[in-house]
Amino acid sequence: MLMIKKKTTKNNYKMSMSLKEIWKYHKEKYLLILPFSIIFIVFTVIPVITSIVISFTSFNMLEAPVFVGLSNYINLLINDDVFLIAVKNTILFALITGPISYLMCFVFSWLINELPPKVRAIMTLVFYAPSISGNAYLIWKLIFSSDMYGYANSWLLKLGIVNEPILFFNKKEYVLPILIIVQLWLSLGVSFLSFIAGLQNVDKTQYEAGEIDGIKNRWQELWYITLPNMKPQLLFGAVMQITSSLSVSQISIELAGYPSVEYSGQTILTHLYDYGTIRYEMGYASAIATILFFIMIFTNIIVQKALRRVGA
Amino acid sequence: MVNILSKIKKSYASRKFSRRNRSLAVDILLTIFLGIFGLFSVWPLIFAISNAFKPLNEIFLFPPRLFVQKPTLSNFADLSIIVGNSWIPISRYIFNTILITVLGTIGTVIISSMAAFPLAKYKFPGSKFMSNLIVYSLMFNGTVTALPNYIIMSRLGMVDTYLSVILPAIGSTLGLFLMKNFMVQVPDSLLEAAKIDGASEFTIFWKIMMPLSKSAWITLVILSFQTLWGTTGGSFLYTEKLKPVSYALSQIVNSGIARIGVASAVTLIMLIVPVVVFVIFQSNVIQTMATSGIKE
Repeated sequence: MLMIKKKTTKNNYKMSMSLKEIWKYHKEKYLLILPFSIIFIVFTVIPVITSIVISFTSFNMLEAPVFVGLSNYINLLINDDVFLIAVKNTILFALITGPISYLMCFVFSWLINELPPKVRAIMTLVFYAPSISGNAYLIWKLIFSSDMYGYANSWLLKLGIVNEPILFFNKKEYVLPILIIVQLWLSLGVSFLSFIAGLQNVDKTQYEAGEIDGIKNRWQELWYITLPNMKPQLLFGAVMQITSSLSVSQISIELAGYPSVEYSGQTILTHLYDYGTIRYEMGYASAIATILFFIMIFTNIIVQKALRRVGA
Repeated sequence: MVNILSKIKKSYASRKFSRRNRSLAVDILLTIFLGIFGLFSVWPLIFAISNAFKPLNEIFLFPPRLFVQKPTLSNFADLSIIVGNSWIPISRYIFNTILITVLGTIGTVIISSMAAFPLAKYKFPGSKFMSNLIVYSLMFNGTVTALPNYIIMSRLGMVDTYLSVILPAIGSTLGLFLMKNFMVQVPDSLLEAAKIDGASEFTIFWKIMMPLSKSAWITLVILSFQTLWGTTGGSFLYTEKLKPVSYALSQIVNSGIARIGVASAVTLIMLIVPVVVFVIFQSNVIQTMATSGIKE
């Protein structure tokens, strides 16, 4: 029934309407969107387009931008060794933290949803705690600090696992793993909350109906009822995880230092900060942002395609 | 002990209809799993809270202890002395934060829900384009747009006003995207029924869509509140009198007047309000939606 209706409305558009008719039919919808659109265009769309345009220029924020064509991009991809390290780190980082944190968000919200209401509220807070607490991740700096007073070192020494303190942030092989742990700890954020709320929205009678139809255990229930009902939230969560796992920067700067040892904690975004906020080469910084933008869009398209198969 | 176990087993045997697909063994396993990860998640925070009450000698104790032994309020007393010495009263900063947070949150929820409703439920010329634009804009990094943003704001004469912080927050794409994905779930038949009864789109939005997507906008309230509460006013607020409390407190911590104990006290104070707001609203999500799922 729904399918047929959607098709006919689609056909209506093909018989192209005049602007006046479009306005007449959809006036209220446009009016509802209007306030958001104005703010969105002024504070998001125009700045983004401006930034993409700036990426084709050399711009030091003092003199007027000079058009340089693709040279920022060519420099980035061919001459900038550090950028290539940053890309490698970022992709490695995202490949590990992205899927794991997405799964964590779902699994934990699903398990929490099974608990009785009061316990559920407490557990939600427990798991959301790292995200709500602003810069509480700085505590990891204390934990992994290099002298024997660092918590990790003091415990390792006490347990006799090591003889002298490990210089966690001065050895390049430790930096990325630590950043990954901290990012995973931080990862139950926006998507987690939206999953929690989404699970509340699933119609409870569907589970009873499913039981009559022969669903035997919680895993089948998950695949045939919960997941299909959660599709809008799963899509939302995917976009959030992609953006957050590909744009790691703050924890790297705060924990591993800036620049980090042998650029071991360098990500695309820390590279962007370098050129945007320290060297004031806005053209170059904009080119970095644009490349990251397209990496994210590309990832998003692939992930959205994969998600369409869920529960099918 | 055996008594309790047999009791639990009995309650599993006589459980309600919707809980029949559960087994005790897996439940126990999953609870242990949740507990371990819950501890991992929450312990640095417990540590931070406990630190705020530690006297100086305990903060530098080796090996460090998780819980405070002799709790003291001296960190908070020190903080209040430092705050009292600043030339703008702290109440002014607090007022600024509350103004920005409350107006920003209300605006975000209303404006993004209004826009999300037609984009989620109808197809009309430009709707698909708009939806894509919003998703993609979420992926563009804000560092390089800060400069164009600043130019636009100064042209509009908004630099150094509350609006420069509130307005961009209200146009939050994240909020719209969240609301849109929830509103898609609301059955079309409900909207059609209202339409047949002669309701305008605005009425449908306010009387049907908003109550049904309560869990979504409460989530948005939490997120928006949390972000705005932590805002430092960025590079748009110059006048000291307009700055929010998190800026003032971060100045105290960064300027080195404060010891590590005061820094922990600051962390705790900044943390408490979002946590309280979170608890109040989040339990609201859970209570209201537990009884009323969306039905066709």
